[in-house]
Amino acid sequence: MDFLTTIVTILYYLFIAYIVFILVLNLIKSKTWEKEILYIIVLIPFLLRLFRLK
Amino acid sequence: MNISAIRKIIFSAIGLILFIPAGISFYQSRHLKEPVVLSPGVSTVKRLSDYFPAIKGSTDDCHIYFFEGKEKGATLMILGGTHPEEPAGRLAPWLFAENAVMEKGRLIVVLSANRSASTVTRIGGGYPPDFTIPTAWGGQKFRMGDRWSNPLDQWPDPEVYIHYPSNQNLAYVDIRNLNRTWPGRPNGTLTEKTTYAFMELIRKENVDIFIDLHEAELQYPVISTIVTHEKGQELATMVSMMLTDMEGFNIGTEFSPKNLHGLSHREVGDYSNAISLLFEAPEPFLDATRGKTTREQLLTGKDAFVMKAGEHGLLFEKIDENGWPIDVRVGRHTSTILQTMESWTEDHPKKPLVCRNIPRYAEVIEKGIGTYLHDPKKANSKRVVFE
Repeated sequence: MDFLTTIVTILYYLFIAYIVFILVLNLIKSKTWEKEILYIIVLIPFLLRLFRLK
Repeated sequence: MNISAIRKIIFSAIGLILFIPAGISFYQSRHLKEPVVLSPGVSTVKRLSDYFPAIKGSTDDCHIYFFEGKEKGATLMILGGTHPEEPAGRLAPWLFAENAVMEKGRLIVVLSANRSASTVTRIGGGYPPDFTIPTAWGGQKFRMGDRWSNPLDQWPDPEVYIHYPSNQNLAYVDIRNLNRTWPGRPNGTLTEKTTYAFMELIRKENVDIFIDLHEAELQYPVISTIVTHEKGQELATMVSMMLTDMEGFNIGTEFSPKNLHGLSHREVGDYSNAISLLFEAPEPFLDATRGKTTREQLLTGKDAFVMKAGEHGLLFEKIDENGWPIDVRVGRHTSTILQTMESWTEDHPKKPLVCRNIPRYAEVIEKGIGTYLHDPKKANSKRVVFE
């Protein structure tokens, strides 16, 4: 169980990193300011988890 | 550089301005050091990993404080910090760690049973990150904490939490609740390993009485009470009667349901020789209908919205404009622990428990908790431990 939990946790953090990557990519590509603000707001909790702050 | 790029840079900078202070605040809250100035009665400080090495180096490898009496007797263990968002459950044992001297018998004190849960606050709950107890030397800051282990230490949660070994289905989030994972398992999650380590401690140290300290919302029926395993029914009833008669506060007794698993009052009694008891004091801060969630509300227990709920008959405990101050809540716990020792000793004169230097209910209210917290800067550094 220990081993499985570790694997799932690693996958989870990889998944978060992937979402952060996609959000940043979409932020760069976006054309409207509303979407840009939205991407920034959505990014914050993912970054907090990725850096293991919250 | 076009306007769109400049706008993106400005928005990103604003995002960083929000992210960096939030990150610093969360980091500081998670790593806040809480000093414990050891009482002269503390003979040894161990680690939980001394009883189960698999948790060595983890967030939950908490300190265990031992008090040896001059005369032999029974062994009583006080578990504080099962739910760190219930501060009286940590502060009452804190008064023991900094002041208690055992005359007869042995005392084991834990301040941060679920240390991981003390490093996070309830997500979306708007909790303060910490609170300060005023003292003559300025004040001592404590981590606020949460009910559940920090997701940074144990994640993700399962869809369904199947309790071990009963196979009872419990709420998924309670796989991170220290009071739903007893008796634990050695190859489980961090929270399950933690309760397993405590069970090892209880068995190896031959604990006679185990006390788990809590606080409850006023809308929860299990409040102002001692929940007892069937082995402790007589003791709990005697303690409840004595306190209600002699100390001027009401405390009831409830029996631990045999089919409700994972809780300390059930599993510690079932899986060890110890009598397991759980004490509940009132904490309006936890009520769903509370007003603003502030440090002041946490420490004074004053809340107009909870009072309004009381006017509508929705509460299981009284509340008025005086609230439920932290001194009252801690005093209830210290008196209930001391009365447990006294009532036990009356029944077991050959295995006594006698503790001195701990204030009872009226004294805690009169002088305040801060009177019993000592300045770590003036203490011998070898007698200061950080939680």
